[in-house]
Amino acid sequence: MTRLQLRHAAEALAIPVGALLAAMVVFGLFMAALRQSPLEVYTLIYRGGFASAFAWQNTLARAAPLVLTALCVALPAQAGLMVIGGEGALVLGGLAAAVAGHQLAVAGAGPLAMKTMMAAAAMLIGAAWIVLAGALRHYRGVNETISSLLLTYIGIAVFNQLVEGPLRDPASLNKPSTTPIGEANMLGHLPGLDVHWGLGFGVIVCLVLYVVVRHTTFGFALRIVGGNARAARLAGLPVGRLILLACALGGAGAGLAGMVEVAAVHGNANASLIAGYGYGGILVAFIARQNPIAIVPVAVLVGGIAASGGMLQRRLDLPDATVLVLQGVAFMLILASEALYGRLKIFRPARA
Amino acid sequence: MGQAYAGMNRRDVLKTLGTVGALAALGHRPAAAADKLVVGVIYVGPRDDYGYNQAQAQAAAAIKKLPGVMVVEQEKVPETTDVQKTMGSMIEQDGATLLFPTSFGYFDPHILRMAEKYPKVRFAHCGGLWTEGKHPKNAGSYFGYIDECQYLNGVVAGHASKSKKLGFIAAKPIPQVLRNINAFTLGARSVDSKITTQLIVTGDWSLPIKEAEAANSLIDQGVDVITCHVDSPKVIVETAERRGIYVCGYHANQATLAPKGYLTGAEWAWLTPYTTHVQDAQAGKPMVNFLRGGLKEGFVKTSAYGPAVAEPARKKADAVKASMMKGDFVIFKGPIKDNTGKTVIDTGVAQKQTDVVLEQMNYLVEGVIGKV
Repeated sequence: MTRLQLRHAAEALAIPVGALLAAMVVFGLFMAALRQSPLEVYTLIYRGGFASAFAWQNTLARAAPLVLTALCVALPAQAGLMVIGGEGALVLGGLAAAVAGHQLAVAGAGPLAMKTMMAAAAMLIGAAWIVLAGALRHYRGVNETISSLLLTYIGIAVFNQLVEGPLRDPASLNKPSTTPIGEANMLGHLPGLDVHWGLGFGVIVCLVLYVVVRHTTFGFALRIVGGNARAARLAGLPVGRLILLACALGGAGAGLAGMVEVAAVHGNANASLIAGYGYGGILVAFIARQNPIAIVPVAVLVGGIAASGGMLQRRLDLPDATVLVLQGVAFMLILASEALYGRLKIFRPARA
Repeated sequence: MGQAYAGMNRRDVLKTLGTVGALAALGHRPAAAADKLVVGVIYVGPRDDYGYNQAQAQAAAAIKKLPGVMVVEQEKVPETTDVQKTMGSMIEQDGATLLFPTSFGYFDPHILRMAEKYPKVRFAHCGGLWTEGKHPKNAGSYFGYIDECQYLNGVVAGHASKSKKLGFIAAKPIPQVLRNINAFTLGARSVDSKITTQLIVTGDWSLPIKEAEAANSLIDQGVDVITCHVDSPKVIVETAERRGIYVCGYHANQATLAPKGYLTGAEWAWLTPYTTHVQDAQAGKPMVNFLRGGLKEGFVKTSAYGPAVAEPARKKADAVKASMMKGDFVIFKGPIKDNTGKTVIDTGVAQKQTDVVLEQMNYLVEGVIGKV
């Protein structure tokens, strides 16, 4: 690494960490105003999210679904699209996985083939769902932020309609669900951890997509479109196809998150899938500045804050909203700190 | 921040900062004294929702006062791995040995997984899902026959209504909800067989905007008494009060939200099963896996009558209630027809509260306007 690269790396680490520390100070003052000892609050946050093997697994388990849903925002963002409809892709992907899983179980497929097909079905449906938003933008000029959000409402309505109607397992009396995929076909935990494979998938996909976005011609073309679609078109790039592909990749990520929820957690598709992970992913992607590889640590941070929030509720009798204050303060400051890039003297190379 | 700080003077700040040092020396606040039973309660929504969660939180607040009991609570926990980790945290970090994960959707797979993982911890779940031979012995269900109170709601509503049109706002057309709609309607029609119940299904447990729209739409159609089965009846009760009609509560007491129009309400009395589980755990007795009861057993109760409830209504409802308390009142007694004219319970057949047929209810009785 050259000195310049080192400086950039140090800057990219120091600024968000500094913002986080500042957020802790602000939150500490807020806690003091509520007559809570800031030091005790800090101790509890640390113990709840990071102090023990159990706490870490709690944090990682909460981070897992967010890694995949964040990609549904970060990928289209490379092509300049603000897609916030990951929740719809997640629930429909989960439903597709549950249906495929049940069909394959009936047909007698092996567990591995079954999981592969479930993932494929989920990714396909998730991709198609977000491509809808991309196509509306590219061909009809409809704002993709609004359309993807509205598509989520439609997706959830379709999901509920199907789960409570034609796809309902008659045995699920008071909690309408699809037919279970079977305990033997469930996705297990990461070796040695009490965290399911969704986290593993998420990390692998983030790494792969980082390479694709930053180190391939496809990724380069994508970023050109994101930078200036008109210039990209003049340069002869297939802008429409690139936009749709970015949407498809992002949607596939959210769809896969849905498959993981079905295959590793619920064992069928039901209304518990609609847990807001798609919206959580938006936050993660923005804090990660749409960089696939930064998504992982940011998701861990969000997961850790969620895990600590439980501790604050249980020990100090604080409401759930307390942790939202911490999250809000932290993310406002991290976003605001972006203005500091290139402005801090110590990270600037000495003049030649 | 500025506002939050406004109530605080410099002395307070200094005091706080002073205690910081003291606390640092002491370490963190201990979760549990060794001799106390630590009870964990988990809610799917906010604890102060005037509904499902508040009914549970009221019982939790009451057991807090029992000797040798410490309660830890966590709200707004979704029915995902989050709740598994929350249960795990209460066990591992707080030393809880009795858990009340209260949302219906927590049971399968979440409680089942954790019950297997922590065989020494007791998991008491709200609902009727625990099955002998199928589910672990350290898990169990507690539930109440709240349709008894909905029947009484119906009796009172039937007296109060002038338009003879009642309204019911329901979350999902599942057996438990249908049972309430039917009991309410049967109660109302025991007063006047011309009464109808207009049903609106919103599709989910907590959709305040849709619930308010449904309430307004029912009132516009001439409905003058409303009740519901959603997680938080708050907006429905408030809308009814604002529009000047009557309302019957559900889950918890909402009288303060509608001082004029609140007639009565169907409330849970969860303190009964909570106390049983706490005492059994303290005594080291095996867990009662299946706890159920109605008015007679003290698992449900009715809200005190509001000012709008006239004497004849009180008399009739009190008489039915007394009969229920004695245990000789059967709500679902044939002949009962559904709203398509089909006979669903034959003459001479009485389905008592413990009858499992009631748990598969898939019809709406005569007088309900709506479809399953």
